[in-house]
Amino acid sequence: MTASRLATGGSAIDRSRPIRFSFDGATVHGFAGDTIASALLAGDVAVVGRSFKYHRPRGIWGAGVEEPNALVDIGGSVPATPNTRATTEAARDGLVAKSVNATPTALADRNAFRDRFSRFIPAAFYYKTFMWPDWHMFEPRIRAMAGLGKVDTDWTSQGTADQINHHCDVLVVGAGPAGLAAARLASGAGLSVTLVDDQQRPGGSLGHRAGEIDGKPVADWIEETVAELAAAGHLVLSSTTAFGIYDHNLVGLNQRHRDGRPDTLWRVRPRQIVLATGAIERPLPFANNDLPGIMSADAALAYLRRHAVLVGRRIVIATNNDSAYEVAEALATAGAEVTLVDLRRDDTPAGPANVRLIAGRSLAAAQGRLRVQAVTLDDGTRLDADCVLVSGGWSPTIHLFGQARGKLAWSEARAAFLPGDPVDGIAVAGAAAGAVTLSEVFAGAGKAVASRGQTTTAVPRSTGPEATGGILAAWPMPGSRGRVWIDYQNDVTVKDVELAARENFVSVEHLKRYTTLGMATDQGKTSNLPGLALMAGITGRPVPEVGTTTYRPPFTPVPLESFAGARAGELMAPVRRLPLESVHRASGAVFQEYGGWLRPAHYGGNADAQRSIADEARRARRSVALFDGSTLGKIEVIGPKAAEFVDFIYYNTMSTLKPGRCRYGFMLSENGVVFDDGVLVRLDEHRFVVSCSSSHVAAVHARLEEWRQDRFGRGAVYIHNATAEMATLTVSGPNARKLLETLDLGLSLDDADLPHMAVSHGSHAGDEVRIARVSFTGDRSYEISIRADRAEPLWARLRHAGQAFDAVVIGLEALMILRAEKGFIVIGKDTDGTTLPQDLGVEGPRAKRQGEFVGRRSLFTEEASRGDRMQLVGLTVPQGEAPLPTGAHGVRRSDGRLRSQGFVTSSYQSPALGRPVALGLIERGAARHGETIDIQHLGKVSKATIAAPCAFDPAGNRLHA
Amino acid sequence: MQLFPCPFCGPRDETEFHYGGDAGNARPDGVDVPVGRWADYLYLRTNPKGTAREIWVHMNCGEFFVMERDTVTHTVLSSTALGGENAA
Repeated sequence: MTASRLATGGSAIDRSRPIRFSFDGATVHGFAGDTIASALLAGDVAVVGRSFKYHRPRGIWGAGVEEPNALVDIGGSVPATPNTRATTEAARDGLVAKSVNATPTALADRNAFRDRFSRFIPAAFYYKTFMWPDWHMFEPRIRAMAGLGKVDTDWTSQGTADQINHHCDVLVVGAGPAGLAAARLASGAGLSVTLVDDQQRPGGSLGHRAGEIDGKPVADWIEETVAELAAAGHLVLSSTTAFGIYDHNLVGLNQRHRDGRPDTLWRVRPRQIVLATGAIERPLPFANNDLPGIMSADAALAYLRRHAVLVGRRIVIATNNDSAYEVAEALATAGAEVTLVDLRRDDTPAGPANVRLIAGRSLAAAQGRLRVQAVTLDDGTRLDADCVLVSGGWSPTIHLFGQARGKLAWSEARAAFLPGDPVDGIAVAGAAAGAVTLSEVFAGAGKAVASRGQTTTAVPRSTGPEATGGILAAWPMPGSRGRVWIDYQNDVTVKDVELAARENFVSVEHLKRYTTLGMATDQGKTSNLPGLALMAGITGRPVPEVGTTTYRPPFTPVPLESFAGARAGELMAPVRRLPLESVHRASGAVFQEYGGWLRPAHYGGNADAQRSIADEARRARRSVALFDGSTLGKIEVIGPKAAEFVDFIYYNTMSTLKPGRCRYGFMLSENGVVFDDGVLVRLDEHRFVVSCSSSHVAAVHARLEEWRQDRFGRGAVYIHNATAEMATLTVSGPNARKLLETLDLGLSLDDADLPHMAVSHGSHAGDEVRIARVSFTGDRSYEISIRADRAEPLWARLRHAGQAFDAVVIGLEALMILRAEKGFIVIGKDTDGTTLPQDLGVEGPRAKRQGEFVGRRSLFTEEASRGDRMQLVGLTVPQGEAPLPTGAHGVRRSDGRLRSQGFVTSSYQSPALGRPVALGLIERGAARHGETIDIQHLGKVSKATIAAPCAFDPAGNRLHA
Repeated sequence: MQLFPCPFCGPRDETEFHYGGDAGNARPDGVDVPVGRWADYLYLRTNPKGTAREIWVHMNCGEFFVMERDTVTHTVLSSTALGGENAA
């Protein structure tokens, strides 16, 4: 091939703006408006990549999204992206492109020898050969030999990919003649229109095919139409691919930018979708039809008219249809010597005067090594050529229609699948619907938007010569001589499909997976139909009976970064934050995530964390501790049936609670398992506050709402989640009351007025505070709740007043020690998905309650009554031993086998007791206090003695001290 | 992405919703409910191919509702607010 740039012409390029980029280390020159592919062709670069499996040299096939061969990894001045189509990527200054699957370059690939062994590595060779002893032993090396581009693992995103949600009346996909006409007609009907096209410039086939519309040259009509759409305020997006239609006609768009920004993801919800996606030209089957220099005929015309690139000097064009005639004439006019070989003997259009026409013949084989040099016809005639163009007919681009579950209909006349029965909200127009002439195209565009409104715009008229659509199908045939490629990207030949058929992989979905036909970034854009037709021929079935594989998004690859959008780093799973976070940070708090909340684990910085934690726990018992418990759930239950409601929700009877008092209880799931625990506060007759676990607030709230709406009705109970409105500051320890008394919060702290498990109200700096005497430490404790935005001064006063009492600020880790010393459980840590309330020693409500409550029936099943259930216990270790590992199993031997009898759920070194404390769930544990069992962890066995869960102050005297 | 019609907020993306189980799975009250009946209530689901009546919650507004939809075509047939029909 001796391709070259012509001295004049090229509608897409700007000769005043030369650009330079590199390909496989060599400098390539081009103009603004070039694609990587057009610039490579202009520089006569024939070999642009190596094939997936055999490392065959491959050249540019197409001029757009259908390109199977010319994939490049790009970087340099643009975001690093593997497997980019050279035919759609704009050539830019400073861009660095590298061919895929080639080392060091596409032209001199050192793995090229593989092709000589091709006969030994047919489809499924690897699967069949490397079965023993284990495929995974061979897999890494085999994968390294095959494959396409390489991901640059050092690359990091240059900013956040935008994601845009968009609504419109009509979304038109494709800005060719059908799409432009449909958009214009929809605009004339007063509809809001979004027009997207994957090329840099609108026009589609009008950019290189002849025609005249409304008496004007097509270029003028395109310009006028786009200007009219813009003036009417419609959205027109170029370099934007509609890659998927999802449920209920959500359309995903991938918009590419030229300034280095990451791609933008659009989610569009149109009322009507018009698919004007055009058609893709198919290859023809002949031996060595994959040689560089063998191209789509339509692509050659596009390069000529858009980029002023003449793809060869001695060109053979092989065709089975009328569309190649325009190509032949144009290339001959541009100065090439053109021979047109038409498969059809009769009914061919008149051959152009400047072209040699050979009718009734087809290509049998191509010759050449790194580029095509000659072809042999089926009658043995040899024709020298530096470029071979083929047109095997047109496959409508119905991928999006297929994704929307549109059924396809086979058209023998067009030798193609066309859109079948209409899908709600989707119309297909233009070549995608099988239209050939511009008149047909415009009629279809009119129909596509007619259902959405009466348009005031006239349907465009084709006033020039019309295309014709004559075609004689030319499918790959079984028993073909030589190596006839069907799928260029995945190196699938006629022989591979025959092999699949022999081994009974005759279903298209099996064929695809067995041979890889139609896979990877290409998804069979040029190869699917020839592959299906060949399978039809082999199995003696008509093509529609063979069917097509399922169309799935994306139509073209979309960067993962674009799907991720802003959801990266901290925003991947955002944490909830305390109102006093900055205050705690200033105090040296080390933050960790606990159940979705970012909370102080401990104070005193990161150095020697274990010592800080132990110190906080020790000092908390000695005098007084301050703790930020703002994450505690505060869900208000209000209304005339509030008492009845909480009775139903809780395992414990709650309606007998007196106003101003608190009660601890469990919430169960309907399967009886303990779902959450916490304190219920009754503020007045019809008003309760559910204090649920910090990490369970959303789930508890959802359950309350579900039962309220399903069982109690909207007017009887109201639920309000006040968790985020209020901060809760906890003062705990023997000196807690003394400290609070110095603050003068306007309420009596006398134990007669505010006993344990009571609630009272006071004020701080004019804001109401709610003080509940509830303890998670076992010491006298006050939980003070105040408006979240007014919590900071109160916290400062507590800190200041605390100085006189040697108060300590404690984090969550110290609190965990304090509660474990007391045997207080954390749901989900000290319980699991089988724990019933009786397993935790709370048998009363099950035995005594008469009324209905959530989970009740499940407490009386055979399973719930088993004698060997795992029950909550304390575990002590022999003197001087380290704490038990959390998760270690209690084990025993039975029938010579080691089996588990439960496990350690919480384990800490207790500073107050000077020894380890632990909680666990152990079979029949409640009746086995005092018994010593084996605990096994990582193969090591130690001893522990079962005890009551509470190890510290079992009489509870400190609550009142 | 499917569009579900919340009876209170109108059509919204499916990501805003949470599935709440089969509609009409009435809760049998009492400790005397036969264990098989209770197990059906807890675990037996119809999982129909075709028209399904389901409870959904629109998490943004917190309202539960009954939606009828086709599990094959994903067509939404109706959506009705849950009125506390079983209110005691």
